[in-house]
Amino acid sequence: MSPTLTDATPIFEDENLDGVSILEGARPSTAAEYGIPLAVLLELTHRCPLQCPYCSNPVEMERAGNELTTEEWKRVLDELAEIGVLQVHFSGGEPTVRKDLVELVQHATNLDLYTNLITSAVLLTREKLEALADAGLSHIQISFQASEAGLADRIGGYRNGHSRKHEAARWARDLDLPLTVNAVLHRQNLEQLPQIIDMAVELDADRIEVANVQYYGWALKNRAALMPTIEQIDECTRVVEEARERLKGILEIDFVVPDYYAVRPKKCMGGWGRQFFNITPSGKVLPCHAAESITGLDFLSVRSNHSIAWIWHNSEAFNRYRGTGWMPEPCKSCAFKEVDYGGCRCQAFALAGDAGAADPACSLSPLHETIFKTAETEARDGTNRFIYRNFAGGTLEPERS
Amino acid sequence: MNGIAPAARRRMAVSEESVPALSRGAKLRFDETRSRWVLLVPERVLAPDDIAVEILQLCDGERSVSDIVDLLAEKYVAPRQEIGADVVAMLQDLADSGFLVERGGKP
Repeated sequence: MSPTLTDATPIFEDENLDGVSILEGARPSTAAEYGIPLAVLLELTHRCPLQCPYCSNPVEMERAGNELTTEEWKRVLDELAEIGVLQVHFSGGEPTVRKDLVELVQHATNLDLYTNLITSAVLLTREKLEALADAGLSHIQISFQASEAGLADRIGGYRNGHSRKHEAARWARDLDLPLTVNAVLHRQNLEQLPQIIDMAVELDADRIEVANVQYYGWALKNRAALMPTIEQIDECTRVVEEARERLKGILEIDFVVPDYYAVRPKKCMGGWGRQFFNITPSGKVLPCHAAESITGLDFLSVRSNHSIAWIWHNSEAFNRYRGTGWMPEPCKSCAFKEVDYGGCRCQAFALAGDAGAADPACSLSPLHETIFKTAETEARDGTNRFIYRNFAGGTLEPERS
Repeated sequence: MNGIAPAARRRMAVSEESVPALSRGAKLRFDETRSRWVLLVPERVLAPDDIAVEILQLCDGERSVSDIVDLLAEKYVAPRQEIGADVVAMLQDLADSGFLVERGGKP
């Protein structure tokens, strides 16, 4: 007898999804290939006290009045558990602005769902976190914007946020909650990566996600202020490799590289409609949290007459870029088409104006050279002033003295 | 640091005397949809084989590793030493990842 545990979750390579990872069906049939994902991202709200310029939410955010009600979210959780989802990630926006968060976590726990909270933590109190833990919360991910308060609070656009996050991380530890530090990296904080990793160790985190910004939505709007230099990326990779070696058994490090400087595109979302979906604050079921940036696709809602399983299997939007049949050249005849599935549809739409085009991050895209040059130029000459995320369409950071 | 031991020091060294239990971040359950047992952990779904499931079910925070090995040796009529080594190795892997804790050893 040799007991074994195999990892049933092929992790999306080079993909930042807050680590949402899914089982692909082991059977070769088509139905199994697009089996229901193991984990789902629930964006409870777009409201958030922070104003991070790289926020992954769409620029057009949902107002509170459009958010699903407590009862609607509970129905969603019932349905997810019923169709075989095992893990749910409560995210946002900032999920703790929802007054019903503890109730929703409890509901998920009652359904035997594994619950993860992805939070900025600035609104948490010790009592609130304790209530969440008592409701069965299994894992917490706290975002940090930098290693020191001055820069961190400037990036988040929220005074004293950094120290509150530290406090919340300590409560999480006191409560025995597994803790992941989420760090989103860009030109203006990459210098602090070694200190950010040290901070995660000091906070006694189990994991850190070191994710370079991916440029959609708010981050695309702020690309000139965020784009790293190629030297920074090389250094970042070196720092991560060194830390992985040094911190083996102490801190697990997930690393997402930026793709503008890549040669091959990322296997975005593990392939469109293959391993992932998320539900927006108003209940839309999306193949990717940035998918609404692609115009012309009709994303169905949990408020429609269709079940979530039906939307996953049958909706036009999910089937549009599934598999490889939709691909034009250069993807169509590419040896890697089943490896990266043509890269990212949202990026193709944003940069090539066509969601069906090859991802310009791929060296085979006719636009590859252009975006590589754009990245270099913006990294060198781009402004450092952020456009802060808010419901007003963004606010330009005041000139700093 | 407020006296909190870093993760590395919190992690247990598994021996036959250990009394292991799954940590808060690790949940063992049967997945009806896919008809198999799964161990749910942060950002991952692990698929234990039958024998691993049996061992994990015995990690109840009351039995020692030694008790677990005794039970398995008897059930499978297999050499105790060999089973002991396999069980300790598997549990140590889980402990290293933070999915297993020492019951009673908790501060």
